Amino acid sequence: MVLLRHEMKQGRAALILWTASIALLLAVCILIYPEMESQVNEISGMFSDMGSFSAAFGMDQIDFGEFIGFFGIECGNILGLGGAFYAAMSGISSLAKEEKQHTAEFLLTHPVPRRKVVAKKLLAVLLQILILNIAVIAITILSTLVIGERPEIRPMALIFLAYLILQIEIASVCFGISSFISRGGLGIGLGIAALFYVLNLIANLTEKARFLKYLTPFGYTESADIIADGRIPPQYLTVGILFALAGITAAFYRYGTKDIA
Amino acid sequence: MPKAIEISSLTKYYGKARGIVDLNLTVDEGDFFGFIGPNGAGKSTTIRALLGLIFPTSGSTAIFGKPVSRNRSDILDAVGYMPSEAFFYPTMRVRDVIRFSADLRGKDCREEARSLCDRLELDTAKKISELSLGNRKKVSIVCALQHRPKLCILDEPTSGLDPLMQREFYIILKERNAQGATIFLSSHVLSEIQRYCKHAAVIREGRLLVCDSTRNLGHTGAKRVTVSGIASPPSLENMRDVKITENTVSFLYGGDIRRLLGILASLPLTDIKIDEPDLEEIFLHDYGKEDA
Repeated sequence: MVLLRHEMKQGRAALILWTASIALLLAVCILIYPEMESQVNEISGMFSDMGSFSAAFGMDQIDFGEFIGFFGIECGNILGLGGAFYAAMSGISSLAKEEKQHTAEFLLTHPVPRRKVVAKKLLAVLLQILILNIAVIAITILSTLVIGERPEIRPMALIFLAYLILQIEIASVCFGISSFISRGGLGIGLGIAALFYVLNLIANLTEKARFLKYLTPFGYTESADIIADGRIPPQYLTVGILFALAGITAAFYRYGTKDIA
Repeated sequence: MPKAIEISSLTKYYGKARGIVDLNLTVDEGDFFGFIGPNGAGKSTTIRALLGLIFPTSGSTAIFGKPVSRNRSDILDAVGYMPSEAFFYPTMRVRDVIRFSADLRGKDCREEARSLCDRLELDTAKKISELSLGNRKKVSIVCALQHRPKLCILDEPTSGLDPLMQREFYIILKERNAQGATIFLSSHVLSEIQRYCKHAAVIREGRLLVCDSTRNLGHTGAKRVTVSGIASPPSLENMRDVKITENTVSFLYGGDIRRLLGILASLPLTDIKIDEPDLEEIFLHDYGKEDA
């Protein structure tokens, strides 16, 4: 409990900032939907007429006349990118920051086994992601009520669940990397999140690159697929969960045998 | 006698860079032990291996008879450690860091912490980021001592502390030692080792040079001879480290005392002083010259 509380306190400012930013952008995005809906024909046409650009963002398969379609693309991008960056940042810095700010020497000379330190840090990262998502979902529900939309629960829930798993995957992969580095690694973390995002854009562009969807968690958060199939694409999801498990295993293994700088 | 620290054939390489080579060292329970060496000699590497922060390339370390590799948490429960560089979470307040350290140990140390903070004149309301090096060192001292450890491992503890605080710090350590705690501290300041430690080991370039009581280390048979009234050194063999200032000559003499007195008696001296050399002089002479 001591360590978990400490970690949560250390990450509190970042959590509040990111949650507020994502929730605010999401709320604004939802609140302008009624305005956009009235011009839906032009917008839908415009968005789906941008050729491969539309394809990259999955906008060719979406009906913007439906709130859920709009939500999946616009809000999905905000929560997807924002959440991915937040998850990458907290995952990559979790273990590495102790060595970067030279507090590892302090922390690890207390009678606490290293695997417990790793477990509590991982738990803190996951808990913070959960809090961010709960807050974002609450704001989303509130905003949809304000504009009087009543979207179907199941696809909405699946989209949120997919993004939650995406954040957990990115955080876990970065957490694994965090155990290998002894500096900040913020660039690595944000780079990984951005790379995952771009991989999915490329996968959307051409059939030949479709396999890239297996590599990136954005492959299973594509709202068009989730809305159409009524489920999170299981083939991409499975690979994603394996990535997450690999990251976590690597962290426990590496941190247990690491020379602390 | 039970051993507080046992280091056997400890070797640590960082890739190809040397840390320490085949180091053997034991420290008895209740000892006040000094670990001396120039910067980069391997003092911190040895200490970090003792605490399980780094893993030896070969050899082993044990504390109170338990191998560090298998009983890290058990051992750390009985150890208080003060790192050479005192870094803490910058956004935390002093009292929160001290409390966090006690909580991690699952102990209530509030009373002892308060007493230590008072003696060291540490303001616990300040944020870590506002502290000077000296004050961060004090936080480090409190965290290392508040749980009354059986073994204190202190890496360059006095650097950054002002002389009054250094004195208070050593008074606290002597009290703890008198109450049965084993003290193991590293330093490159020989005078403080000589003043406070019962035993000391000298390490250089990763290897142990000598380990003995501080009295024996200082007692090499040589004398520091200072004479006034002559401008050039007397013609004596076994003279080292000769210093000449105006009409005073000072040198270390390691030969026959009667011969020294015979030669000095024939000189027009106005003053004479014959002293034990301090550890610093011996250290510099025996181990420092190779650097030059």
